Amino acid sequence: MDRFAPYVFLRGLASRWDVLAFIVVIGLIVFLGETSRGLFAPLSQLNLTPLSLDPIHLPEYAARTTFRMLAGLFLSLVFTLTYATWAAKSERAGKLLVPILDILQSVPILGFISVTVVFFMSLAPGRVLGAEFAAIFAIFTSQAWNMAFSFYQSLRTIPLELMEAAESFRLSPWMRFWQLEVPFGMPALIWNMMMSMSGGWFFVVASESISVGHTTVTLPGVGSYIALAIEQKNLHAIGWAIATMLIVILLYDQLLFRPLVAWVDRFRVEQEPGVRVPDSWALTMMRRSRLIQGATVAFHAAVMFTSRAVKRTDKPIEAAAPKRSLDLLWVSLIVAAVVLGLWHIVWVLIKNTPLQEALNVCGLAALTMLRVFILIALASLVWVPIGVWVGMRPRAAQIVQPVAQFMAAFPANLLFPIAVYGIVVWKLNPDIFLSPLMILGTQWYILFNVIAGASAIPAEMRYAAANFRVSGWLWWRKVALPAVLPFYVTGAITASGGSWNAAIVAELASWGDTQVRARGLGSYIADATIAGDFHRIVLGIGTMSLFVVIINRLFWRPLYYYAERKYRLT
Amino acid sequence: MNNSPLLQCNDVRKVFPKPDGAELLVLEGMNLELREGQIVGLLGRSGSGKSTLLRLIAGLSEPSAGHLRYLGKPISGPAPGIAMVFQSFALFPWLTVFENVALGLEAQRMPRADIRKRSLAAIDLIGLDGFESAYPRELSGGMRQRVGFARALVVHPNILLMDEPFSALDVLTAETLRTDFLDLWAEGRMPIKGVILVTHNIEEAVLMCDRILVFGSNPGRILSEIKVSLPQPRNRLDPSFRELVERIYVEMTTRPQSGTSARQERFPGLGIGSQLPHISSNLLAGLMEAVAAAPFNGKADLPEIASDLQMEIDELFPVAETLQLLRFAELEGGDLKLTEDGLAFAHAALDERKRIFLRHLLTYVPLAAHIRRVLDERASHSARKSRFIDELEDFMSEEAAEQSLRAIVSWGRYAEAFAYDDENAMFSLENPT
Repeated sequence: MDRFAPYVFLRGLASRWDVLAFIVVIGLIVFLGETSRGLFAPLSQLNLTPLSLDPIHLPEYAARTTFRMLAGLFLSLVFTLTYATWAAKSERAGKLLVPILDILQSVPILGFISVTVVFFMSLAPGRVLGAEFAAIFAIFTSQAWNMAFSFYQSLRTIPLELMEAAESFRLSPWMRFWQLEVPFGMPALIWNMMMSMSGGWFFVVASESISVGHTTVTLPGVGSYIALAIEQKNLHAIGWAIATMLIVILLYDQLLFRPLVAWVDRFRVEQEPGVRVPDSWALTMMRRSRLIQGATVAFHAAVMFTSRAVKRTDKPIEAAAPKRSLDLLWVSLIVAAVVLGLWHIVWVLIKNTPLQEALNVCGLAALTMLRVFILIALASLVWVPIGVWVGMRPRAAQIVQPVAQFMAAFPANLLFPIAVYGIVVWKLNPDIFLSPLMILGTQWYILFNVIAGASAIPAEMRYAAANFRVSGWLWWRKVALPAVLPFYVTGAITASGGSWNAAIVAELASWGDTQVRARGLGSYIADATIAGDFHRIVLGIGTMSLFVVIINRLFWRPLYYYAERKYRLT
Repeated sequence: MNNSPLLQCNDVRKVFPKPDGAELLVLEGMNLELREGQIVGLLGRSGSGKSTLLRLIAGLSEPSAGHLRYLGKPISGPAPGIAMVFQSFALFPWLTVFENVALGLEAQRMPRADIRKRSLAAIDLIGLDGFESAYPRELSGGMRQRVGFARALVVHPNILLMDEPFSALDVLTAETLRTDFLDLWAEGRMPIKGVILVTHNIEEAVLMCDRILVFGSNPGRILSEIKVSLPQPRNRLDPSFRELVERIYVEMTTRPQSGTSARQERFPGLGIGSQLPHISSNLLAGLMEAVAAAPFNGKADLPEIASDLQMEIDELFPVAETLQLLRFAELEGGDLKLTEDGLAFAHAALDERKRIFLRHLLTYVPLAAHIRRVLDERASHSARKSRFIDELEDFMSEEAAEQSLRAIVSWGRYAEAFAYDDENAMFSLENPT
């Protein structure tokens, strides 16, 4: 608002923030141009310029991987703003859309890739674009569902008075969406975006080198670089790739998420004073630079302009009572679709699957489940005490918390070759020693949730415990563990879900031409994918989804509500 | 002055559907007229439907029956000439003060230059000059509500609706804001023609309004209309001011004549199906002690004890009424008078208090007696909570049943009439070991 800073144009031609911003913006443009150049090249191009393990190519590969990540993130955002809005606004649609989202969340993400890669390849036949679509879709599936969920939740919990204010000042629905609903949902949305980052990196790396049956696609990127390094047993190259990824994630964090988190702070509705405002140099740069200010002003103007263009139709806030007959029609439509779908699935699966096979798959799923639970328990034994210890010390928490979040974002599959190398060299039992890989990337959720929980213990409660000389095991039993339980459960749920996902990659790993295999549902799906056996892929993925849904409903969800009700400190 | 009313409500009725298909009547027989130059107060306790009526007028919901007319035209949806100030301010935290104020004009798609001019004028008028670029979180409660006022005034409404606008503020801030508002109103500097103020603060109503409509509950209806002809600015210590306050207290505590309403007020003629307020035994004991002590010595004037204890009617009335329900006090003519047992309770030690409370609880609260009887009769001496909830839901909503049971649990625990285990949702006669 120029009224409040009237002499802005007199203050020098450009601030140093402008210079910095200029470099960043031009860099981004060059980056986009470079990475998208190859998109429309024919697929054969990939074979003409084979991947090279020379580290000099790594910046380019990293850029391509990052570009896929950004594209996936963008698609997830578009999906979130439409799907979740639809589900929240229409009672009828929501009845179906919300459960669908819930199921989609439980489907292993690599499953999506193996099933859809052929479809995407056919979208742009003979072009690299199709394979890129498949890879980007994988990232999309690792982020979209929980982002959509969070936005849906936000839309349902907008304070009534804010809705009434928007209504009584006669905002059009379009304006209300951009001025009230999107800003309100923003903090939770950004947080979820960050949380699903880890999944995103994991799968962008995994999806760059896909082979389903006879279709083998290798897109230039860090993931395929690693794949090649494994094939050629090149430990040096793997080291380079890991270093590259560390840098990429660091940049991503500094340039994208930190500014977002700092920026989104103003959208929080609960306005408690004294909470430290997150801080980001990149955001400071963006705010101080007129170049970028101009861009945000343009965006704001676009929102305003479209707000003016879309007219308001007068309608009271209360929805008219839904018509019974329409409801009935809707429900019967859903039932019909479910029956049809079920029949189809049963038909396809039963026809092609002997009972023996089905039992076998269930047994394998039980094995994987056992692994996940044991690993979660082991990780908890390690990280809960450490998390509590760190959380009680604000100074330590400030250092450890970002490190843990960073570790969670690092695609653990990059480290698999090292583990496999070790197993091969020392001839270890893969059934046991491949398992830790499943939790390598997801254990951090337990740690940083417990840290958050422990630092949220009110000081007075700790003083009271100290005052009554509660210490040792009694202190853990009566003070620390109950206080962090709700946080721990949240972390454990995320870790468990991630571990199921990782099983597909972790239970079947290779080093050169040596394959190391652990018996379980993950290796079953991986085998089926390599063989291109569509029915076994579907059977495996279906079983895994079913297991995850059932475990969530019967174990994690009740535990979560119990912990929330009994142990949440408010 | 223009003769046609700004706003008319005729026989307005509002029911909310309950999940089980039944209907909950919240407003009945509402007749109201707002003329130019008037501030009309809607005074009542929470649950008396005054906020519901305000939302009907604001076009935020529709009446189930009856008519609402603004400038002679029926209200359907938010009317451009009616603006609202909210209890919790309802500011958009991601917009600056200026942007919050300008929002209503943006929605009207007014030319940008006009938006600026009018927003700045409203900001100046309400005393927010210099805060234009601040975010709501940087402001104190009082300043936030000023933004709420500026945002409402900027659209130049004919009618300003205020939903307990001062109740979320501390006493001092609220008084400043009230005075500022009344000054602006008296000087005619605000672009508004009439005001409707919802409040549960009797003094605030007498201080600000030209007419006060006193609301009763279950269902919400107008008990009486009181004209306030004291000249502005009014003085709280003025004897005629006090007299009016006293009169409204009497009005609000008088039991309705039997037969005036098909439904009954909350307590008299109590059966098992009456809704119980969740009032802790500490509050009950505290009020009894205060009334028993000097200077009241067993009988207290409600306005006096309210200001003595710094309680608003919304807090005081439910406690007083619960004492009446338990036959520890009588509420009549604006006075709260302790019964013999009430006095005995106030002077007794803890164990004796519990004995008195137990006797009254089981004698005068049928639900407590019922629960105790069930527990006594059963061999296991225990019963599920859901059993009683089901019984209560024949008479009231699910929410009200839950609340009544919470009240019974807390009183029963205090009186040691029975025990309750929340984890298993079980009533029992056992004492915890």
